[in-house]
Amino acid sequence: MASNTGFRPSRRDLLGAAAAVSATALIGAPAIVRAEAKTLKIAKLLPRSGLFAAAGQSCHRGAVVTPKVLADYGYAVELMHIDFESNVDVARTQTERAIAEGAQCVTGAFESGATLAIAQVCEQRQIPFVIDIGSAPQLTEQGYKYLVRNFQTNPMLVENGLRQIKDLMAATKVSFESAVYVHANDTFGTLSRKAMDELFPKAGMPFPLKDSIAYDPKAQDLAVEVTKIRAIDPDLVMVTSRSSDAIKLVRDMVRQRFEPKAIVSPGSPGLYDEEFYQALGPLADFHLYNLPWANPKSEMTQALAAAFKQAHPKNRFEVDCFNAGFTFEGILIAADAFKRAGTADGPTLMEAVKATNIERHVMTGGPIRFDEKGQNNDITSAVVQSRHRTPTVVLPADVAVMVPVLPMPAWQGRS
Amino acid sequence: MLAIYLNVVVQGVLTGLLYGLMALGLSAIFGVVRVVNFAHGEFAVVAMYAAFVLFRVYGIDPMWAMLPIAVAFFVIGYALQHTVIDAFVGRPDHEQFILLVGLAIVITNGLLLVFGPDAQPANLPYAFDSVMVGPLIIDEVRVYAAVAALAVCAALFAFFRFTRTGTAIRACADNLVGAAVVGLNVRRLYALTFGLGLACVGAAGALMITIADAVPSLGPAYTLLAFTIVIVGGLGSMTGALVGGLLIGVSEALAGFLVAPSMKSMFSFALLIAVLVLRPQGLLGKKPA
Amino acid sequence: MKALWGEMNGRGRVVLAVAVLLLLLAPTVATRYLVSVLTLIFYFVYVGQAWNLMMGYAGQLSLGHALYVGVGGYVSAALWVHFGIGPWLGVFPAVLLAASFGAAIGWLGFRFGIEGVYFALLTIAFAEFTRIGFDHIDVVGGAGGLFIPYEEARLGEWWNLRGGQLFFYYLAFGLAAIAVLVTALLARSRLGYQWRAVREDEAAARALGIDAFRAKMKAILISSAMTAVGGVFYAFYYNSLFPAQMFEMSRSIELILGPIVGGLGTVFGPVIGAFLLTPLGEILIGVTEALGINAPGAKAVFFGLTLMVIIYLVPTGVWPWLSKTLGLTGRRS
Repeated sequence: MASNTGFRPSRRDLLGAAAAVSATALIGAPAIVRAEAKTLKIAKLLPRSGLFAAAGQSCHRGAVVTPKVLADYGYAVELMHIDFESNVDVARTQTERAIAEGAQCVTGAFESGATLAIAQVCEQRQIPFVIDIGSAPQLTEQGYKYLVRNFQTNPMLVENGLRQIKDLMAATKVSFESAVYVHANDTFGTLSRKAMDELFPKAGMPFPLKDSIAYDPKAQDLAVEVTKIRAIDPDLVMVTSRSSDAIKLVRDMVRQRFEPKAIVSPGSPGLYDEEFYQALGPLADFHLYNLPWANPKSEMTQALAAAFKQAHPKNRFEVDCFNAGFTFEGILIAADAFKRAGTADGPTLMEAVKATNIERHVMTGGPIRFDEKGQNNDITSAVVQSRHRTPTVVLPADVAVMVPVLPMPAWQGRS
Repeated sequence: MLAIYLNVVVQGVLTGLLYGLMALGLSAIFGVVRVVNFAHGEFAVVAMYAAFVLFRVYGIDPMWAMLPIAVAFFVIGYALQHTVIDAFVGRPDHEQFILLVGLAIVITNGLLLVFGPDAQPANLPYAFDSVMVGPLIIDEVRVYAAVAALAVCAALFAFFRFTRTGTAIRACADNLVGAAVVGLNVRRLYALTFGLGLACVGAAGALMITIADAVPSLGPAYTLLAFTIVIVGGLGSMTGALVGGLLIGVSEALAGFLVAPSMKSMFSFALLIAVLVLRPQGLLGKKPA
Repeated sequence: MKALWGEMNGRGRVVLAVAVLLLLLAPTVATRYLVSVLTLIFYFVYVGQAWNLMMGYAGQLSLGHALYVGVGGYVSAALWVHFGIGPWLGVFPAVLLAASFGAAIGWLGFRFGIEGVYFALLTIAFAEFTRIGFDHIDVVGGAGGLFIPYEEARLGEWWNLRGGQLFFYYLAFGLAAIAVLVTALLARSRLGYQWRAVREDEAAARALGIDAFRAKMKAILISSAMTAVGGVFYAFYYNSLFPAQMFEMSRSIELILGPIVGGLGTVFGPVIGAFLLTPLGEILIGVTEALGINAPGAKAVFFGLTLMVIIYLVPTGVWPWLSKTLGLTGRRS
């Protein structure tokens, strides 16, 4: 090893930086006196950088406007916004830090691995954890007592998604001859595929599923995948994608001049993100996604939308409403429980969370309630279609604002 | 059915040429300066964003924008080698590795800060056009990008073959001591090479925006891809990089079509392992002395 | 212990003893946050040390060590989830499988004379190949992930790695301590000298009668086996496994930053590296927050810059410089 010479120490900088970290987070200062505060302190953990940054930032846009909207409904919450960088290690240590700095409830976290890391900390600290987005069915099956989930599992998403394809066929009198299912081979996609393999045969669909194709979520293009679909020539393509893959999929379909009657997502994001509209323009229209959606007829949704518009003039609520809506509801659940419990004491607050029964909320479905495992089974899906580059609810009729268009118009000649 | 296979192969070839151009830059840097550029893919992504901005703001088509971008990248590369990286030449791989991984982290997250996490498409007017050649459907952008990639490669070949500086650089790669003995300014040649390598990446990145959208987190995948191609094709061999690119492009396309698309990069890695074991100098590389 | 003691002079020994004592007592005063950060540090000390044996001592650059973490974690977790075989037993097949991966890579690499960056790429290729493979193995959930139940009733079963935060703290501490001891022992063993001889000049080592192939095979076997144990810890600490989370190249990179920054081929380099980098990440979160520039990505930019600065200033690592400056090793002047 060569000896090193001429080195100037830089420890002063490091020490200065260390001092900036709040000391109470490190050393057990006298247990923080928790006066019966009127405001609930909630740690909101999101992957705002790293692999899931796009989704995390979309959720974040919903989170930042939530306290103001909730205040109008008589709820007082204070949020700690924490970016866990799409990294499990960071998720775990930052949850500890948030709780050390006084968080009384945690919501999040979009990504399954991080969600479980957070769940463990909350379980040990007896702090309620409200999963606002997280679909792996296992999350509520692991025996955590301080956890509830206000989101559909992959099987629920797929089951509702398939049922609504039938509703679509009935509403538009269009029938499909055959279908192909394409999905990203990531966590969400694989869990959806499992659900699809299990549920499609039972769903009694009036058309056969010819093939299921998994693609690499890191693929640079989906040209080969589309060639493969084109060789089968289905008139319905079902997709479970992330948004950047959805762009590649549609783009390669257009280039290869493959035009199915419909592209439907049975419960996945991707076909409606702002980047999707930006990249594809008119070609982004008429795709369908069967998902829980912000109920456009709910008064609370309208309040959230108004606040969102004011805070984020560059973003559209219609596009962010899935992420923003569930993020909002996660915080609402915590705030509502706090109001009923009258205390932020963990076990008592958790009792109240479990006893949640919120009639008035944002997303489609019945009142927010949890079963004994902490799962909300009453979230319903809507059929949403992109129209003029805006996600528009088209079914079921009671929440729809337009009627569905099917089959979708040809790629050529769109404007 | 044959037409479909042929189509898949053509797609693979066109994409492969572009990959090849990207790998060419790495091959030059790695082969001459002996610095392992682990931020290679990140540079390609920066070039994608540069081409994106030039097109969106000034309406310059990436096929043209690639020229100023390549020049800018040459300057950046020259300066970078001259100031920071030069101290690491001849140092152990792992030290270069940390330096460049640090740089890669800075680039990726800097892009995230500036451009946000969403995919940024160039939206060229001809992005969706394709031509029918007999039974084949070929994307126009891919053809343009592949042709442009070939042109850049040809220019680089000519430079290394016919100019004095190019010959001098090749001499450095072949025999460093000898080159120093005959009085070549090795330090300057290294900086030139690093600049040229980055110019290649710059051009490749600018072309890449025509077929893929810019996302901050793309970098590591491109770095790995470039390394795979360079090793498969043969280090220090310029044709090797192109052939490696073609081979990876076509084998991924065929594997995706015949086996499972989600497993296609497994075949690249299997190919890489096979080449490392059976022909470590790469398919077109020279036998080590 | 003796080997470890021998690494330092009197002053160094005092510092070491005090540090160990402080860490043993830390949970009594530190918050759970600090304990969780320390647990993570110990984990990185452990896997960093395992990597250091192979790279720092035997000079074989592996950029695919996440492979062994992943294999170790997956085997033990799958045995537990599907067959109820506890990790105290499952760790053996886990280590065995990871070491066979190591053996295969080592055999291919060393037999066919693949060196330096080429060898590094071989290790990456294997790790990535395996990652995509695991994406498709249904028994372990594929890309969908493998989940270990929390089961409150089992929390006391330490032999099954079921426990609370303190349990994992001391477990990680123990692992890290063992790794440091093992390194100190190996460094002074015959094998350790063979490794260094091979690292410095393989041809010369051969001329001295050292079987370089054997020495290198031993390095990769020991390293992969040790790393796999780290994987078992990781799996049961987090209770969930995803191929991307376990095998990704970024994980391999994360694992080797500590030892390189700390100082390769030294007993305490990986320790110092982990104690620098993991807190650095946490501190940067706090600092960017305090300065109001905590836009997503800002912290990572500073982290990357710090890496570059450190390696520029002390290319051979912080520990060699630190120990000299503070007079912890060698003869007191």
